[in-house]
Amino acid sequence: MGAIWIPLALSLKVALWATAINLVLGVAVAFGLSRWRSHARELVDSILTLPLVLPPTVLGYYLLVLLGRRGVFGEWLDRLGIQLVFTWQGAVIASTLVAFPLVQKAARAAFEAVDPQLEDAARVLGLREAAVFFRISLPLAARGITAGALLAFARALGEFGATLMIAGNLPGRTQTLSVAIYAAVQAGDDRSAGIMVAVTSVTCVVALLLAGWLAPAHLRRMRP
Amino acid sequence: MRLRPFVAALFFLAGPAGAAAADLVVSAASSLTDAFQAVGKAYEARHPETRVVLNFAASDVLLRQISSGAPADVFASADQSAMDKAVKAGAIDPATRQDFASNRLVLVVPKDGRVHVTGPAGLEDPKVTRVAYGDPASVPVGRYTKAALERQGLWGVISAKGVLAQNVRQGLDYVARGEVDAGFVFATDAAIMKDRVDVAAVVATPTPITYPIAVVAGSTQAREAARFEAFVQSADGRAILAGFGFRAP
Repeated sequence: MGAIWIPLALSLKVALWATAINLVLGVAVAFGLSRWRSHARELVDSILTLPLVLPPTVLGYYLLVLLGRRGVFGEWLDRLGIQLVFTWQGAVIASTLVAFPLVQKAARAAFEAVDPQLEDAARVLGLREAAVFFRISLPLAARGITAGALLAFARALGEFGATLMIAGNLPGRTQTLSVAIYAAVQAGDDRSAGIMVAVTSVTCVVALLLAGWLAPAHLRRMRP
Repeated sequence: MRLRPFVAALFFLAGPAGAAAADLVVSAASSLTDAFQAVGKAYEARHPETRVVLNFAASDVLLRQISSGAPADVFASADQSAMDKAVKAGAIDPATRQDFASNRLVLVVPKDGRVHVTGPAGLEDPKVTRVAYGDPASVPVGRYTKAALERQGLWGVISAKGVLAQNVRQGLDYVARGEVDAGFVFATDAAIMKDRVDVAAVVATPTPITYPIAVVAGSTQAREAARFEAFVQSADGRAILAGFGFRAP
């Protein structure tokens, strides 16, 4: 049963990387969108939300066609000696993509809830734009962003379809918990599957509880 | 009047149900995909009152579905091990079990592959980084591959480069896309992607590759299922299978 720790550790590694990347990427895009005044804004937002609603197999197919050895970018990466298909980095890309909207949406709502007067006050007091962001906007939006990041972590931990297509099923290397569960069920190994299902469920429940506790409603109550 | 669209929607939702009364559900191994589609068509042409519904997956996955109560009538697997498990689980009627075809295991490489391989021993080359085959835990082609490589003393080295496919056709697809350097599939699978993969070698297996077929225990149309099984083994059925490269058992 010690073998369960290998896919669990890999899942955690992939989910943590995906969450970390989204914290930078998702927050940056969300901040940009919240300050962008244009009719195209909602269109861009919709396109960025697609990973949330598209079937994971569609995302997996896109990734395979783009990043495969004979893909559009894959061929170019291959010449540089970089291969993403059947690697854990490929799994990170798949998880990052599916979890991206969760961080982006939460962060955008959090940034839009920040009182612009506070930011203006900081500017009047002589803070530069970067300082306004890091010392005013970001700290005020931090709770919403953290809640989004926890949701994204839970989603990345459970990512299956796109991951299986791009990272494959390589035990010890790309076999994440959800892929290991799939393989165990197919092989009729209900005992291993059951244990892994329980571990995944508990981890996701903990992440969701934390996300709920950090949700913006709670924040509002805590404000003086 | 305003209810009408909702009633229509309800009928629409209720419409495309699962298998109807005259549907014969045949669960067949992935490697039989093309051959059984042709067999099913020929059977329907002869018995227009029956519709053959085909369900393809790795043999052990089909067995899982059947033993969990999936409404299949016929089970055709790609190795004896899956059928043995079906007998043990009481999933099929053992009296109806018969071998209907045989196949060969081949090593395939992508057409414009970067590594030149002429046999399983060539996969030990460090330039070969990924080799695709079915997951031995649930896919017959993986079990044949494992047994063949174990006998040659190559399993340890090659399994470290293994990419486990969910069924034989997924492994074939990995090779055709050039995502792996080589893969193990059946000769009949390699033949359907002749333009994208090359057969590097035919690999001898310790046990012959034979396909058993049987009527599912508890099938509501056991007689129809037995008739389909007989058709697969008839001269016409054998001719169709031969057209896809399958050999007599």
